[in-house]
Formats: sequence, structure tokens, C-alpha cells
Amino acid sequence: MLDIETREYDVVVVGAGGAGLRAAIEASGRGSRVAVLTKSLLGKAHTVMAEGGIAASFGNLDPYDGWETHFYDTMKSGHFINNYRMVELYTKEAPERVLELESWGAVFDRTEDGKIMQRPFGAHSFRRLAHVGDRTGKELIRTLQQKVVTQNVDIFAEVTTTRIFLDRQGRVAGLFAYHRDDGHFVLFKTRAIILATGGWGRMYKPTSNSWECTGDGAAMAFRVGAELQDMEMVQFHPTGMVWPPGVRGILVTEGVRGEGGLLYNAEGERFMLRYDPEKKELSSRDVVARSIYREVKAGRGTPHGGAWLDITHKGPEYIKRKLPGMYEQFKKLADVDITKERFEVAPTVHYTMGGLRVHPELAATNVPGLYAAGETACGLHGANRLGGNSLGDLLVFGRRAGMAAHEYVQNLASLPEVDEAEVRDEMRRVLRPFEVEGGENPYLIHEALQTIMSTYAGIERSGPELEKGLAELEELKARAERMSVDGPLHFNPGWHTVFEVQSMLLLAEAIFRGALERKESRGAHWRTDYPEELPEYGRVNFVQTYEDGRYHIRPEPVPEMPPELARLFEAGVAPGVLRARQAQNGREETK
Amino acid sequence: MAETVTLWVYRGDQHGGEEKPYEVPLMPGMVVLDAVHWIQAHLAPDLAVRWNCKAAHCGSCSAEVNGRPRLLCKTRLDEFVKEGVPVHVRPMKTFPIIKDLVTDVSWNYRVMRQIPPFQPREPAPFTLYQRDVDRVQEFRRCIECFLCQDVCHVLREHHEQEHYFGPRFMARLAELEMHPMDAGDRVGFIRETAGVGWCNITHCCAEVCPEAIEITNNAIIPLKERVADRYWDPIRGLFRRFQKTAP
Repeated sequence: MLDIETREYDVVVVGAGGAGLRAAIEASGRGSRVAVLTKSLLGKAHTVMAEGGIAASFGNLDPYDGWETHFYDTMKSGHFINNYRMVELYTKEAPERVLELESWGAVFDRTEDGKIMQRPFGAHSFRRLAHVGDRTGKELIRTLQQKVVTQNVDIFAEVTTTRIFLDRQGRVAGLFAYHRDDGHFVLFKTRAIILATGGWGRMYKPTSNSWECTGDGAAMAFRVGAELQDMEMVQFHPTGMVWPPGVRGILVTEGVRGEGGLLYNAEGERFMLRYDPEKKELSSRDVVARSIYREVKAGRGTPHGGAWLDITHKGPEYIKRKLPGMYEQFKKLADVDITKERFEVAPTVHYTMGGLRVHPELAATNVPGLYAAGETACGLHGANRLGGNSLGDLLVFGRRAGMAAHEYVQNLASLPEVDEAEVRDEMRRVLRPFEVEGGENPYLIHEALQTIMSTYAGIERSGPELEKGLAELEELKARAERMSVDGPLHFNPGWHTVFEVQSMLLLAEAIFRGALERKESRGAHWRTDYPEELPEYGRVNFVQTYEDGRYHIRPEPVPEMPPELARLFEAGVAPGVLRARQAQNGREETK
Repeated sequence: MAETVTLWVYRGDQHGGEEKPYEVPLMPGMVVLDAVHWIQAHLAPDLAVRWNCKAAHCGSCSAEVNGRPRLLCKTRLDEFVKEGVPVHVRPMKTFPIIKDLVTDVSWNYRVMRQIPPFQPREPAPFTLYQRDVDRVQEFRRCIECFLCQDVCHVLREHHEQEHYFGPRFMARLAELEMHPMDAGDRVGFIRETAGVGWCNITHCCAEVCPEAIEITNNAIIPLKERVADRYWDPIRGLFRRFQKTAP
């Protein structure tokens, strides 16, 4: 018999961001016994940092908007390697999910006629993002948090999960975890697991990502046979803070450029006129990020390696009214008054489009009983995520994962058994860092990983650089075998960092392997040795598996759109935009 | 040699502890959380601190710097260096310590579960105007850092956790009570269970709020008024009830 705390559930959700909480609400609402495990406190997940809004085509301001136009925009921005079915479901269901939040107590900004306000955002054809100022993520997570605590869901806060157990038939059977406050172990026996652990931006520096984003769920799933897809796709947001060092990477909202902010290089040239004369500063994220990067590389960067962003010409009144958060952020953290002076910005790692390959309707991975939703999963965003589509992703696919996991549990013929020997193995593995004498410091291994990723798998990539990075990564992985910690078991962040670093190291290699395989440039993935977007690569996703310590990569065909969806692209312009133009022409003719 | 700063950081747990000095290289614009991270990476890997976003959105890194409840990610070190005062970092005092700078804030989450949730009077979409939701949105800015709970003397000095929910949850209750589409009635709950009467309006909570929410003026005082109306002014109380349920 195992002498550790043991719990039993129908569905265990790992992660308490938007996707995890929405999944828990759904599964428990349908009658499953549900636990949510989070390595943080409830309500602190990275979701809280989302600013812009939730993209949903209500058409409250622009009546020609609709799901088809949202579908068109999302596929186009994803450079057509998205899973069309996920995009279809998302764009059709997002408005309903937003209204559901409103009925649970979310308070969105309003239009003059009392509807949910919608704001414009990059590459959305219409004003589409339901929002609350620049704190939409907080509204979303707080609403779900306030809903979940009224349901019969057990929340395990500051409980870190380290391993998934499968039964002999390869079905989900349990999870190993430990309580961070006192370090004691806990075995969760469960029939289904929903992974909602977010992305892995923290393997890069700078990043806009919070402490949590270390890819724990994706790594655990990958180790037990789940498939990863599109791992090469890492989104850089063009404008992160640069100076002082402590704030490097913190997001500078796209709104600054939306409100008229202009980008200059060190020579005072407004360089976006050269890179994209039409859209200029409001070009797509990947283009602006690359342009800033190129300017710095050409020696025209600002003192701390960025570009100047200048909005002073709008005047203090306007800036303080439209961008109060940014004004505060720079004043408090950087001693810069953005109403009086320009400030430095540079690209920062923002989002991971790749992740666990899932069934588009069920959010199910290839492992029976294992589900994934949100940034951990893959398929909705393709090669480039559209702003505002991630918060909606959490709601639509969190709910779908909760539904599907509940169904799966209902239909399970027998209760999967956890092999006790595997639990004992995991107990030993988890404690090993305390036994290694004078080993490697996990914090410094993490820093070394960030350097490798940002140097060799950053905005700009090439075959030789990726190979070099992969070789350095292998060396680092060998060193990481000997990570050691001391101190007590209770609330020991050094110990905790060991598992996060292990997750990131595992996924980092998949990024390199995916990036080497995709010999073209598409969306966020820019290869200087293959600068063109190539049609043959537009037809495949790269899928990776992990067996006996080896990575296997294979191309899988991108699911082909049925004719009724493919037809939406025939006119070469978004359906709603076309209708708006026709209506406009009609009006002009009748005049 | 780079300029350094000495941080006195509390190390200990429920069995006791003491402040220990750590010398940290000073970087321009450094915040206390940066220094704590440097200590973790180079001097004390097991130093316990909570943090998530490092951008004042999540409310995880609450602690007391030189006796004042603050977010570590928003507290600049140069303000102390300039004045030549030593920097002392301690955990929030109101909550039981787990280790070092980390406290057990689970009481707040137990309180959260007791609050009667939003009850929509009609199905969404709602017709609501911005002027009607401005006040509710103010309260919903809360990042749940619990600094207001930490500073509230009813909780901090008098340990009345059994009787008073504290400022954070007064704001939460006010946000529900003032939501134009809410059909719930929590006035009795606010008086009996949440214990609004315990607050004697010292405004400390609002002073430490990183989101500058006017907790006392905009949440607690109006809640006290509702309780007073209900229990001590039956005519106005009836009128208010009628207003609340009118279509």
C-alpha cells in the first residue's frame, strides 16, 4: 500500500486559467466529480494579463460582421495551417460564450445604446473585441472564478503536478502532484484529465509571459505519448518594454500604435514606411516585430536595443485619457513620461501557437481520457494568432473539453488502475534533486535555456543556427540531469523550478525540430535561408511524438475545408467586407 | 564594482525566524521583486516568494516593505537607496506564515465561497449603459492582492476574521449589490454574516490599494447605508426594496 494522500475524481483539470476553469464549470455542471489543480493561487493564472479583449462577431457596432468574416480573418492570419473546423466552431460559438460570461456577472464596456462595446484590433475586419478597458483577461478569470466557487468543484491551489499515469490499456488513470505549502505528495486517481496549463513563453527572454508559462501540461502529456503540433510557431509581440532591465519584455499594448504612436530608429527614420508603406505602424504583428528586429540588427537600434515609440504629438490630455495604463506603467517603472518623451520598445515572446494536437470538436488528444484546451492545445491559430482570439479560445474549447471529458467518463467500462510501482518511481524522481550533491542550479539552467532559445530559435531562424542551438540545448540537457536543490520540502521555489525547467527543456527541443523541418517562412516562423512562403508547406502540420527519449516528427496534411467554407475565400475579400461594400454601392446607386 | 543594496528579508516559518541580510547588485529601475529573484538565483534558492505576472496585474507578490503593505513588483528600490534607508521585506502580518514571504491566504478563498453569487434578473444580452456600470467596474478592477485585508485593523490587530469579511469582500458585495441586473438581496447577509458594522471607516484599505479603488467611500459606506436603511428606517427600506424588484 502507498502511504500518501490519495484522492479520486471523475475529471481532474490541471490549470486554473480561463480554459481550466471553463472546463471545470462544464464538467461539474453536467455531474462529474471535478478537481482543479493549480500551481498558483486561484485567479492568478496568466489569463489575468490579457488586455485587449475577446473576439466575437456580435456586430454591435459593425452590422456586417458575422462568423464567416471572423472565420476568414482567422484562417488568413493563421496562414491557412489552422484546423478549419476549430476555427469554424470558435467563430460560431464565441458570441454565446461571451454572453454566458455576462450572465455570470462579467461587466463589459458598453456602447451608447447599451450593448457590449467592441474594439478594433489588428487584422480583424470589423470592430470585434468585447472588452473591459485594458483588463479583459482579469474580468474573464474573475467571472469564471466567481462561478466555479459556487459549484461543487474541489480547488487544489498551489498543488504542482509532475506526472500523468496511464493504465495498462494506455488510458488516463491518475496524476502525481505535491502540495507546495508543506511538500507532501498526493496521488489523484482519475478517469479523465483536462490539461489547461497554458504556453511556454518563459523559455525565452524577454517575454511578456508570467511565471506560470512553462509548458508543464504539454510536457507531461508528451512524455506519455500525446502528440505535439506546430511547435515551431512562437509569436513575438512587436512592442515589449526594454528599459530598465527588470521590466524588459512587459507588454506595451498595440493600442499605443492604434492611437497614433509612431516608430523610429536611432537615426530618426520612421522605418515602417519602408517595410510596409501601406499599413505602416499598424501592419501585422509578425511584420512589425521583424522590422524592429532588422533595424536593431542593422545597427540602427536605440541605446538598449530597440526602436523608439513616440506618441507625444497626441498631447498629454489625449494620452492620459486613452492610455492610462501605459502612462502609469512607464511613469512608475521606467521614470518615463510618455506624454513628454519617446520610449524604447522591442519584440517580446508572447504566445505559443503550437501545442497538443487535439480533436477539433472534443479537445481530445490521442491518449484516451486526456484532453487539452487553451494555449496548451494547438490548431485554432495556425502560424500566427490574431489578437483577441486567445480569450475566446479558452471559453469555447474549455467548455468543449469539459463536455467531452464528462461524456468519456460516462462511457468508461472499467475504472483505470494506477500502477503503484510507477507512483513509487515518481516519488523517487521528484525527490532526486535533494540527493544530488553540488549539482546544477535550476535557476541558472533556466537562464541558459532562455539565452539558447532567444539566440537560435528567436524571431529570425536559419538551418545552421537552429542546428547550433539544438547542439547547445543537448549539452544543457545533459547538465540539467544533475540539477540539485537544498532546503526544506515546504514552499521551496528552487525545487519547484527543477520541474518547470524539465518541462521547458523537453518542449524546447520540439521547437528546434519543428523549426528545422519547416523549410519556409510562414507567419511567425521566419527562416532567412528559406524566406518565401511555399505552397507545399501550407498543406502540412508537423506532428511530433516522443518515445524512449527520442523525438519523431512527421508531416500531417492540414484538414481540407469543405466547399461551403472554401467558397468564403473566392472573392479575395472577407464576406462581411464584401457585403458592406455592396450595400455602400447600392446606397450610392439609389442616390 | 557595481553598486549594491542590502535587503533584509524575513526568513522563517510558523516556528519563528528572523530577517537576514542579502547584498544584491543594483540595476537601474530595479524593483524589490527583482532583488528577491536575484537572491533566489544566486544566494538562497529556497527563498519563498509568490509571484506570477511581475506587472501588477495578478496581485500575488504582496508583502510588507519597511512596514508598508505593497506589491513587490511595483516597489522601486531606488526610492530607498536615494534616501539611504535600509530595506526590510517581511510577509503580510495578518495571515499565518507558510515560509519566508509567503503567507496562508486561504481564509480569503473560504470567505469568497460564502458570498451569494450574481443573480441575473433576465437572460443576457443585457441592455446596460456605461454610466450605470462605472461604479461596478471600479470594484472589478480588484487584483485580489489582499493588501487591504492585511492592513485592516479589524483583521490585523483584532483578529475578527470570524465576524468580518474584510474590505476586499465589502467591495465584492458592493459590486453585486450595485449591479443593475442583479436580483439578489444581500443586505441581511452583509449585516449578519459579512459584518459590515465592524468597519469603523479608517480608510487604510483604500490607501494601500494598488488599483486605487475607493473601497471605504464607494463600497463600505454605501453598504452601511443600505443596512441602516433596512434595519433602522423601515419606510425607506421598503421603498428601496420596491425599487430593486421593479421591472
